[in-house]
Amino acid sequence: MKILVPVKRVIDYNVRPRVKQDGTGVDLANVKMSMNPFDEIAVEEAVRLKEKGVATEVIAVSIGVAKAADTLRTALAMGADRAILVQTEETVEPLAVAKILKAIAAEEEPGLIVLGKQAIDDDSNQTGQMLAALWGRPQGTFASKVEVEGDINGGAVLVTREVDGGLETVKLSLPAVVTTDLRLNEPRFASLPNIMKAKSKPLAQKTPEDYGVDIAPRLKVLKVAEPAGRAAGVKVESVDALVAKLKELGVA
Amino acid sequence: MTKVLVWAEHDNATLKEATLHAVTAGAQLGGVTLLVAGAGVAAVAEAAKQVAGVDAVLVADDAAYGAALAENVAPLIVQLLGDFDAFVAPATSHGKNIAPRVAALLDVAQISDILTVEGPKTFTRPIYAGNAIATVESTDAKLVITARTTGFAKAAATGGSAAVSPVSGAGDAGLSSFVGAEVAASERPELTSARVVVSGGRALKDAETFASTIYPLADKLGAGVGASRAAVDAGYVPNDYQVGQTGKIVAPEVYIAVGISGAIQHLAGMKDSKTIIAINKDEDAPIFQIADLGLVADLYTAVPELVSKL
Repeated sequence: MKILVPVKRVIDYNVRPRVKQDGTGVDLANVKMSMNPFDEIAVEEAVRLKEKGVATEVIAVSIGVAKAADTLRTALAMGADRAILVQTEETVEPLAVAKILKAIAAEEEPGLIVLGKQAIDDDSNQTGQMLAALWGRPQGTFASKVEVEGDINGGAVLVTREVDGGLETVKLSLPAVVTTDLRLNEPRFASLPNIMKAKSKPLAQKTPEDYGVDIAPRLKVLKVAEPAGRAAGVKVESVDALVAKLKELGVA
Repeated sequence: MTKVLVWAEHDNATLKEATLHAVTAGAQLGGVTLLVAGAGVAAVAEAAKQVAGVDAVLVADDAAYGAALAENVAPLIVQLLGDFDAFVAPATSHGKNIAPRVAALLDVAQISDILTVEGPKTFTRPIYAGNAIATVESTDAKLVITARTTGFAKAAATGGSAAVSPVSGAGDAGLSSFVGAEVAASERPELTSARVVVSGGRALKDAETFASTIYPLADKLGAGVGASRAAVDAGYVPNDYQVGQTGKIVAPEVYIAVGISGAIQHLAGMKDSKTIIAINKDEDAPIFQIADLGLVADLYTAVPELVSKL
């Protein structure tokens, strides 16, 4: 079966985001961008499933600016076979991303679509669930373990999910959508030879119009502001001072 | 008046506190109806009707809803939303799993993890791991929202007397099934609702040291126990102890961070705590920039001393 892996180009997770003075958003000019960490885990899982012989082909997809091609090259260097870039300069909300991915799924007919559980920029945690809904297929969100049984025809995937009280396992009939949690795997680093090889792997260029999807935003962002700062704290010299403070707070 | 359907978070036996936070969020939009979907949920329905500020309780009691599988409950919610203007779920793992599926089926955007209600269709929500707060306005006909529980006070669990009526949906969609669960056992207060939280980081060395250092302090203070991602990844504690962007969001009265440096990822999960106390031997650790009270000390001497003096 084919596996489709959507990846997103986001601000690097080590960078501290700065809110723009005019309150229109976060300043991304000259900021280091990388593949969303949860998506790296999704690519790794897809490549591992290919190495196990479960998947025949891994297709990476990204929706966004031309530079998202770099993110796709990273996925190709990690082991994806080919890539699709759906290029647009506009901000695309999770619902529109899900619609584009559903159109790609209809063309490619993958057995599994593996996404990150959330992007670290908008922190939505929606796209995988929305895609599963539109595609009419089951969803295994926040996965920490994925086991495929059988193939796209009548097969299933067992997904262990990280939930509030611990773990739960669900069985989903294929095709299915899985979103990755941090503990699913440790993504590999792309080696230099693989980075070179990735440059010659196919990367198809598309636009949202190719899939007939209207990407007009449904949410108006009225303002983006810094969170309320915390007043500067004090350092205490001893454990006794800390005990006194805890008593003052009424917790000891 | 705006009619709001609120997802009741429960385990088929007890109504979870997250529901009470979601009721408060829903009540800021309009009249609240609680949906109790599950299997054998008579006790949950009984608790739900007593929640203050709830106008009505709908009960969908069906084996297909027992594990809250999104494939089964989302169509039920979509069907019920014909009569409502908004759906609100707490931003728990169930809420986050179900709400986007509902939104997509209705062809509307979903608004995640709201912190405040600013207007009938305007909300604030954190982005970039809480490093920025966005104010967003929906242009859709119906609202589908998850509410950050720490953003809204709890509704009173008693005092209400809502009418309970049964509802039924299509039941099992035949796409998924529940296989089993591994519940992390804990005698301590639940992390997300504890008044005091004691969290440990990588500096705790191993599971035994974590247990022998952090647990006595937590027990003295009647606190919930949390951990940084580093401590979870290193296997000191199970993953549901994790506080942060990718774990749980907490806002207790007192948060005590022991041996935690204070990475952006971790701060996203606890920086709305009322009082933050940090114990760390590195005086330059970022955690001290947001801590109200800091003690620069070796945790192996400071924490046992603290326990003995409490």
